[in-house]
Amino acid sequence: MSNVLFDVPGPKARLRYRTYAVVGTLAVLAFIGYIGWRFYDSGQFTARKWEWLQYTQVQEDLANAVLQTLQAFAAAAVLALIFGAIFAAGRLSDHAWIRGIAGFVVEFFRAIPALILMFLFYFGLPTVGVPMTPFLGVVFGLTLYNGSVLAEIFRAGIQSLPKGQSEAAYALGMRKTQVMFLVLLPQAIRAMLPTIISQLVVLLKDTALGFIITFQELLYYARYIGSQGTFGRPIVPSTIVATAIYVVMCLLLTALATYLERRNRRSKKVVAGPPTAAEEVVAASA
Amino acid sequence: MDVLLDNLDLFGPFFLTTIELFLLSAVGALVWGTILAMLRVSPVPVFRAVGTAYVTIARNTPLTLVFAFFVFAYPLLDIVKLDYFPAAVTALTVYTSAFICEVVRSGINTVPVGQAEAGRALGLTFAQILGQVVLPQALRSVVPPLISTLIALLKNTTIAAGFSVAEAGAIRSYLSERGENQLIGLLWVALGFIILVAVLSFVQRSLEKRWSVAR
Repeated sequence: MSNVLFDVPGPKARLRYRTYAVVGTLAVLAFIGYIGWRFYDSGQFTARKWEWLQYTQVQEDLANAVLQTLQAFAAAAVLALIFGAIFAAGRLSDHAWIRGIAGFVVEFFRAIPALILMFLFYFGLPTVGVPMTPFLGVVFGLTLYNGSVLAEIFRAGIQSLPKGQSEAAYALGMRKTQVMFLVLLPQAIRAMLPTIISQLVVLLKDTALGFIITFQELLYYARYIGSQGTFGRPIVPSTIVATAIYVVMCLLLTALATYLERRNRRSKKVVAGPPTAAEEVVAASA
Repeated sequence: MDVLLDNLDLFGPFFLTTIELFLLSAVGALVWGTILAMLRVSPVPVFRAVGTAYVTIARNTPLTLVFAFFVFAYPLLDIVKLDYFPAAVTALTVYTSAFICEVVRSGINTVPVGQAEAGRALGLTFAQILGQVVLPQALRSVVPPLISTLIALLKNTTIAAGFSVAEAGAIRSYLSERGENQLIGLLWVALGFIILVAVLSFVQRSLEKRWSVAR
């Protein structure tokens, strides 16, 4: 795709590109080297700062923190998918008042930052007497926000299906609910699976917001370990470890999305590419 | 209503900080994101690899973690001292630019091949083709997703509240100190964001109308 921008390089251009490549590599290496040297100089690479990783207790707690993150992710993902399916169906309802309510709810929660939603649950609800834990705050906040985005994705997916699908289902005598949940939604979910999974990656990353409302997940634990005087306050190493774990988890999910996308492209049953509206929805959730 | 009116001295300046934070990081992310996109389509493989690596890592790291790095870990490195506000702008820029880069790159792909070919036929260099022919058209065609990314950035500014920046996300804790009702206060904050997002959507629609490319 990008090679339309430049010709196949001739001998002169090749030489120039090679010079750029060398200069570029040197610049990047110099930058990384400088950062590395700063790490080294401030003592971040000393064995003492990394020792904490060797303790079984710490390893267990770290695994536990990852588990907390994954639990919040799983709970919020399931709830958000259900929320999304219901409100997508609501927005496509034949009754204007259901469409109106569903549209309002989806637009409302899409415009509010996920963190503010978590605050509303964790700090807001207890003032009117509803007890809340950080875990529930994180899960509900993420559900409402990502559920609304998923609703838009489902809707775009359903609208991308050929009209013949619902017409055929109606011709068979199915009711509206049956058409939606037996014919349209399953196909839409399949067509939009890659998009849905990239939204789930966003959800997984956003569990880290729980750190701010004292939910004891991975980032919270990294910060905790980083402030332990006995280990020499290894905040830089613990941040590096947390980053690595997050990146690996998200890349695994992304790899799943890529795999499904490739498999979809092979199969002829699935409707070709989702409309651009869906891409916009995804960009909005970045 | 009382919660809002009695604490206007909180809501006003804090939302202003949010807008300031948003504008600074938006400019930073647009510039840095476009540079990254240029790296990712450049003829030099090393540049492409650097761009790809940056985008992959930045897109798969939680923003909260980026914040945590710049606020807790970065000061230990003794490079340039960053206050809380500049640290927040840096974190938001570093994170959002990866998304901007992907949007701009998809825009570059929508520009017809003939444009770049015509540029090459005129003897323009790669930098000239990109800067004067392809990018201006690409940026126009990606206005909707670009603004969507900026809306996400606006909402992400609230994370700065967890890292000692006095912006809209932090209004809650100040309200609770004053003994106000947090639920109502938070609903006002939410309304503030809905208004700000509506303003951005309006900008998007008018830009789209004015800049749409006729092909």
